[in-house]
Parts: sequence; structure tokens; C-alpha cells
Amino acid sequence: MENQGKRKPIIELRDVKRDFVVGEEVVHALRGVTFSIYEGEFVTIMGTSGSGKSTLLNALGCLDTPTSGEYYLDGVEVRTMNKNQRAVLRNRKIGFVFQNYNLLAKTTSVENVELPLMYNSAISAQERHERAVAALQAVGLGERLNHKSNQMSGGQQQRVAIARALVNDPVIILADEATGNLDTRTSFEILVLFQELHAKGRTIIFVTHNPELAEYSSRNIRLRDGQVVEDTVNDHISSAREALNALPPVKD
Amino acid sequence: MNISNLLKIALRAINNNKLRSFLTMLGIIIGVASVITMLAIGQGSKRSIQEQISEMGSNMIMVHPGNNDRRGGGVRMNASDMQTLKNADYEEIVKKCTRYLSSVSPLVNSSGQMIYGNNNYPASVTGVSQDYLDIRKLNVSQGDMFTDQDIATSAKVCVIGKTIVDNLFTNQEDPIGKVVRFGKVPFTVVGVLEPKGYNSMGQDQDAVVLAPFTTIQKRVSNITYLNGIYASAKEERLTSKAIDDIVDVLRQTHKIKEDGELDFSVRSQEELSSMMTSTTDMLTVLLACIASISLLVGGIGIMNIMYVSVTERTREIGLRMSVGARGIDILAQFLIEAILISVTGGLIGVLFGVGASYGLSALLGWPVYVQPYSVILSFLVCTITGVFFGWYPAKRASELDPIEAIRYE
Repeated sequence: MENQGKRKPIIELRDVKRDFVVGEEVVHALRGVTFSIYEGEFVTIMGTSGSGKSTLLNALGCLDTPTSGEYYLDGVEVRTMNKNQRAVLRNRKIGFVFQNYNLLAKTTSVENVELPLMYNSAISAQERHERAVAALQAVGLGERLNHKSNQMSGGQQQRVAIARALVNDPVIILADEATGNLDTRTSFEILVLFQELHAKGRTIIFVTHNPELAEYSSRNIRLRDGQVVEDTVNDHISSAREALNALPPVKD
Repeated sequence: MNISNLLKIALRAINNNKLRSFLTMLGIIIGVASVITMLAIGQGSKRSIQEQISEMGSNMIMVHPGNNDRRGGGVRMNASDMQTLKNADYEEIVKKCTRYLSSVSPLVNSSGQMIYGNNNYPASVTGVSQDYLDIRKLNVSQGDMFTDQDIATSAKVCVIGKTIVDNLFTNQEDPIGKVVRFGKVPFTVVGVLEPKGYNSMGQDQDAVVLAPFTTIQKRVSNITYLNGIYASAKEERLTSKAIDDIVDVLRQTHKIKEDGELDFSVRSQEELSSMMTSTTDMLTVLLACIASISLLVGGIGIMNIMYVSVTERTREIGLRMSVGARGIDILAQFLIEAILISVTGGLIGVLFGVGASYGLSALLGWPVYVQPYSVILSFLVCTITGVFFGWYPAKRASELDPIEAIRYE
């Protein structure tokens, strides 16, 4: 972590707490989380279910506001923002990748990828289209621009979803169990894609309950009972491509 | 987010659910089409009644002797009551009521048998002045109307209607110049009236014989009074003022005080017309009410479908929100979707409604009249329906929590 001081912090969390009131009980989902994520990092946030990782993801994604503590995204204080301000912030600075892809049904790849830009009136229809095509090419789907979402495999759908997360040129990509619905081979293919994006300088947060994925990222944060119990830098990042090549060949 | 993006999103959503969108529209289509058709039928029958009444003589004012409004006991319509209108009254009205009246004619009736050669036909001869043609909207198609000279000399001339011609001149003779007898009095036919057919009450409007009123008074009935005075106002809206004028003049000539009881009565065609059109107005309102209910049901259909659509697309809404859609963007999207459905349905409904109206008139010969305002009105109503019934589901969609919506199964 010696070089972190020189790099720009994208996310800064200071003693972030999140309480939920369920009936008469107060559930402490996050009990004071503090960490910073710097530009160009590929961070996996791990934890079993109930560890608070979904709550943390919602907070990081500006979908939810912490009960207390400070959260700065790219230098902007998020906690005091209202719903609409957070919506605009998400639109400009965050790219989401979900476990179940969440593509629009019966809609082409290009239209799916264009979606975030539809909510940015500063971008013309032509620019929107061009950027969507570029994003799809970046995830290796340049040939499938006009395929509809229900005509594609899970891996392809997830690639479209990643292209959608890239299209607004976000400061951070938040992936929520992005390989959770995919088989081993396709999971590695998606991981290869994430590693390529990381190599190009993208900042990525990968939330997962699968500890095996830790070796492919540059830093691991482990949550338990709403607190960070481990935060280590991984100096020996495994190559997802090598792992992919090592898989037994597909029998047709 | 700008409107064109919103429109694009809404159009894609409708396009992705073609059948459902069409079925939703169907309610609006039927609603709008029935409103337009019902109003067209109502307006059509109203117009046709108004036309028939104005054919009988628009703006017509009738002065009759005696007072039908008289309250209390005593003999009504006794013989002396029937003789209160004199030629002098007619002349006074012609002289003094020029402000609102365009034509005035006295009226004297006599019934009897019209005879020509072997043929005879029961007819009523009406003694009038030339103005009567204007008042009753009659035209002389052959020959001429009798003249002032004929009135002054009580000439034995007459103008007859088509029914009389058909019944007396059975050998296709030219009736002009022929002498017909009314009872014992010979009349020379000087003109034939243009046929008018039957009126809405089933009376033959062509069974008329017109003669100078002086001739009927002196040579047929031997009377000095009039059976009535007919007049017509310059414009329909002046009718009531004209009536007031006539009442004033006759009150003077009959020397009746301000609070005295009139010995004559004045009525206008307008009263008849308004009585008959009020019936059709009620019919129109009734039809429109029934049709509006179907429009309302159509609107509820929209709400229903939009509501289902919001529930079904919860994940989509969550996704849109997580990529940066604000509540108002979601609200606008669903609202525009509802409006697009209702307006498209409205347009198709207008086409169907107008088509059905003219179809009815072509197939069944019903009188229809599509009022431009009814088209505009139903169009507006269905846009408002879209907003009104789309609002609640759209509002609900915009208030979804993105975290829950995105994970909704």
C-alpha cells in the first residue's frame, strides 16, 4: 500500500454505519467501515451472506445512504445528496454489473448499452450510438450489435451488461456476483474481461461470496458482521486467461 | 432526459408488447368511436327535425283569434271569439311592425270540394296575400302568383299544389289558365306550386289551394274577419321581439289595456321547434352518457394494464434507476406510454366513429351529423383519460426503491 498516497482516491469511506429497523429491532448491517479505494485498483469485496456486503454495495453504488459516517465518491460527498442528485451521480460516475445481467428484454445489444446515456441529455443520439458500439467492441461483441438479449447466451448477456457499465465512462465499475450465474468456463472468460479492463486502468469493485476469485484481483477486502476483518493487497495476481486455458477442453 | 428520448423509450415499450398495447387501446377505440357515433346520431336527428320544421316556414309567427291561455270558466273558443281579427289588424301590422318582420299575410280558410271536369278532390282553400309564399317557403314553379290587383278586385284566381293538380288534371293537361270550381265559385288557375312532399307530422304539404284573401272573404265565405295572420321574422333570433311588437300593435287596435286579457294569441314556430329539439337533445345526452361510460371503462382498462405493466417491469424500473433514471424520468416514461396508448386509440377511435356514422347513414339512411367539436372533445377526453389513469401506476413506478426493484423476482 506504499504507493497509495500518490494515487487518486475514488472511494473514501470513513466509519460508515448502516442500521435497518426491522419491526422493533435495529439491525446493524454495517458497523463502522473505513477504507479507501484508489484509481486503477481491482478490489474484491468478500463475505458470507449476512456479512453486510450487499448493504455496502448499495451504499457504494449510491443506491442507499449510510446512517452515519462519510462517503466520498470521486471527491463528492454522497451522504447529504438527495435521491435525484444520487441518480445523476450514478448516471455519470458508476457502472453496474449485476448477477442476473438485467438486460431489457426483446431489446438489441446496442439499445441496451445506450440505456445509461439515454438519461444524459448532454449526449446526442449519434454520440450515444457511437459510444455504445465502441463499448460493445471493447467487450468483444462487435459482431452482435443488433442481437436481441433473449437470443444470446449468459456469457454474452453479461458482456452486454459490462459494455453498458462502461458506456458512460464511469470512475468505478461495481460488479455484484457478476459470475454467479455462469458456468466455470464462462466465469473465467468474464474474469479475463475484467482483468483486461483493469489492465487498461479501470477501477473495479467485485462483490462476491466466492473466495476463489480473490487471487485474480489486486486487493481483497473481507467483511464479517458489518466490519472489515481483512484488507490485503494481492501482489501475485493470477492470470484468468491462464486458468481459462488450463481448463479441460470442451467436449462437443 | 429530453422528450425525444422519453418518446423513444415509450415507443419501444409499446412495440415490445404489441398485442397487449392493442388490447388496451381497444377499450379507448370503442369508447371514442361510440361517443362520436352516438353524438352524430343524436345531432343528425336533431338537425333533420329542425330542417323539417324550417321547411314548414322558418321564423314563422302565427296570430290566431281568441285566447287559448285564458283561465277560469266560461265558454272557450265561442263564435265571437273567433272573429276578433279583422283586415284592419292585418293592415296595422303591415304598417307598424316593419322593424322585425319581413313578410305578413292574412289567412282565411274555407273547406270544400275542388271540381274540374269529371274529377273532384276535397280541399281547403286558403285566402292569403303574396307574402304567404315567403312565410311558408313556397315557390311557384309554373305560371305566376296572383297579384295586388287580384287582391284589390277580389279576383277569382288561384294557385294550386301538386296533389290538387294530380287529382284534377288526370290527363296530363297543363293546368294554367284552366277554370276549376270550388263549390259553386269558378277560379282560374294562374300558378302551380313546387312540390314539398309530406312534413314530419305526415301532412301532405301539396294539397293546398291559395287564393286572394279578399276573394275568399267576399265571394266564398262572405265574412269580414280573418282566421289568422301569419308573419315571418327577419331572423330567427328576432322572433320573440317580433311577437312583442305584434302584441303591442294588436293591443292598441283592439283597445286592450296593459293588464287586460288578450282576445288573440300569438305563437311562433320556434316554440314547436324548441319542443321537438329538446326531445332530441335529451336523446343526444342519453346516448353520449352511455358512450362516455364505455370511454371510462376504456380508461380503467388503461390503468389496469399500466398497473400490471409496472409490476411486471419492476426489475426494468430498478435497472433504469440504477443507471441514473430519476423518479421523474420513470414517471414521465410511464405517463407518456399511457398517453401514447390512449391518443393512438383515440385517433383510431375517431376514424372508426366517423366511419361508422357515415356507414349508418349510407346503409340505413339515418340522418347523422359528425360535429367537429365532438371529435376534438373525445380526443381531448382520451388524452386526459391517459394522463388520469396512467398517473397512479406511473407514480407508483417512480416511487419504487431501486434496491428492491432490481432484485425483484
